[in-house]
Amino acid sequence: MTAPLLDVRDLRVSFKIRNDGDMPWTKHRELKALNGVNLTLNAGETLGIVGESGCGKSTLARALIQIVPASGKVLWQGQTDLLTLTPRQMLAYRSQVQMVFQDPLVSLNPRMSVGAIVAEPLRTHHPDLSQTQIKQRVQEMMERVGLLPNQINRYPHEFSGGQCQRIGIARALIVGPKLLICDEPVSALDVSIQAQVINLLAELQRDLGLAMIFIAHDLSVVKHISNRVMVLYLGRTMELAASKALFAHAAHPYTKALLSAVPIPDPAKERAKQMIPLEGDLPSPMSPPSGCVFRTRCSIAQNRCASEVPALLGTTHQVACHLVNTATSEPV
Amino acid sequence: MVTAKLRAGDLSRITDMAEVKGRSLWADARKRFLLNKAAVASLLVLMFITLFSLTGEAVAPWTNEEIDFNVIGSADTKGMPSLESGHYFGTDDLGRDLFARSAQGTRVSLMVGFVGTFIAVLVGTVYGAVSGYVGGRTDAIMMRIVDILSAIPYMFVLILLLVMFGRSMFMIFVGIGLLSWLGMARIVRGQTLSLKHKEYIEAARASGVSSWKIILRHILPNLLGVVVVYTTLLIPDMIMAESFISFLGLGVQEPLTSLGALIAEGSKSIVQGSLWQLYFPLAFFTVTLYAFYFVGDGLRDALDPKDR
Repeated sequence: MTAPLLDVRDLRVSFKIRNDGDMPWTKHRELKALNGVNLTLNAGETLGIVGESGCGKSTLARALIQIVPASGKVLWQGQTDLLTLTPRQMLAYRSQVQMVFQDPLVSLNPRMSVGAIVAEPLRTHHPDLSQTQIKQRVQEMMERVGLLPNQINRYPHEFSGGQCQRIGIARALIVGPKLLICDEPVSALDVSIQAQVINLLAELQRDLGLAMIFIAHDLSVVKHISNRVMVLYLGRTMELAASKALFAHAAHPYTKALLSAVPIPDPAKERAKQMIPLEGDLPSPMSPPSGCVFRTRCSIAQNRCASEVPALLGTTHQVACHLVNTATSEPV
Repeated sequence: MVTAKLRAGDLSRITDMAEVKGRSLWADARKRFLLNKAAVASLLVLMFITLFSLTGEAVAPWTNEEIDFNVIGSADTKGMPSLESGHYFGTDDLGRDLFARSAQGTRVSLMVGFVGTFIAVLVGTVYGAVSGYVGGRTDAIMMRIVDILSAIPYMFVLILLLVMFGRSMFMIFVGIGLLSWLGMARIVRGQTLSLKHKEYIEAARASGVSSWKIILRHILPNLLGVVVVYTTLLIPDMIMAESFISFLGLGVQEPLTSLGALIAEGSKSIVQGSLWQLYFPLAFFTVTLYAFYFVGDGLRDALDPKDR
């Protein structure tokens, strides 16, 4: 079996927090945004990542492209640990991993024309290309993502949100990456545009053989596009399974609660549906609960959950819960 | 079916079309600025004043150093503004032509304003952008240096410099340039901090663009609006500072003069009734300052339409 494209082991990210007015010698408090996340991703595969806001989804994306410092191992094609590379060595891999951002308008420099925005990664990674070659590649890419190539001199504010997201996708794909990280690419768009952008992403993935990490908080979107889905809560993996298995029989109480909150576009079914309410707010990541981080909001928590951290167990359907039999993925 | 066919036809026609010209934010701002009547009028006034300061001496029948011996000693009766004698703005007590002196004074004042501001913009922008972008400890140290420097009383340093090293244009530039960039550095740093976490900067970092290029390509163009506005407000400040120094008698040395020095001389002659000596330089001074403030205001409204 060949090595997976991306093999992330025990990824941890923590931020140092200082309150305003703290003395310079006051000790920093630590916010653990990611607490030992493991995942593998094969070429051409899509991994969906879901969770509430503040659970570490975006931090995970930013750690993978090394915008935030992380510890652990990020093995690229089973060989290179990206986290050990110097910025100069990393440059070669930056064209392999590209990212599409959440807010389409904020992710484009308002002072640059579309042509300049899309060309920027190309200029960075292929400085030997001539102006006409660059322009040609940019126009090809614009056509590929469904933009009119004659709009190359326009500025981001002259486009709609959906078009801006297409520009963002064009910028990510122009250097021919193997992995595309999409950080909530459609949550800022309205529903009809969401469908267009997702279908575009799915089509591009199929044609270019991209691997994708697709972050979203909209479960129906994730279900539509992902092969496997990972559920994050407070920087830890709660459940990781094939998309179909996860949506058909979720094992972790948190996943069940999330799934029960997905609205069904049928009023009769929606009324009859049984919701599993999640009590309270997400605990502060500054002082996460002991043992299982989810226990404070779990409807079936027991004494054991407060003392022991549940490990992520199972082979294809992995669950981190003391109260789930990992062999059958059924509650014990 | 018909519509689908039509659409396909339209699309091919559109793609055949020539490239569409974009409308950049700068073009937008220019349009908004040109619609602001007060700002455009002020800009024209400023251009006129600059033109006057550059060509006034060539136009005047008298040079600024020539002494009209007919009026010397009796400037209050014979030195009034008149077209006949060629002293359009009258003369001062020494019989020197005020028209030529005003042109010279305006030129010196504008020059101090522009050079001082140029230093402030250059040093302040680079310093602030680097401090804000690098962040962390570097930022803390760089900003503490700014704090320390701005704790020094500005006028005091300027006066000391002029007293110690002698009065000269160069010393005024040095003195003003030395401390005037502090405010600019603070403003630019604040802006950079808020720009730094914008997603387009992250996108550039993620695709491996070097920090220096990010500052040049992404941060500076987005800072420029704020910098331009602050610059137009800084120029009158510089002119004011120089005039104050000159009014105290510490500014540029004779035969050079500036608006502040002319106003100082003019105010001394009020008792003799030769008010033109005060009015003409004062008029240039106030009109210049007002014009700069109006242009600055117009630029702010044009460049930052959301923050009005």
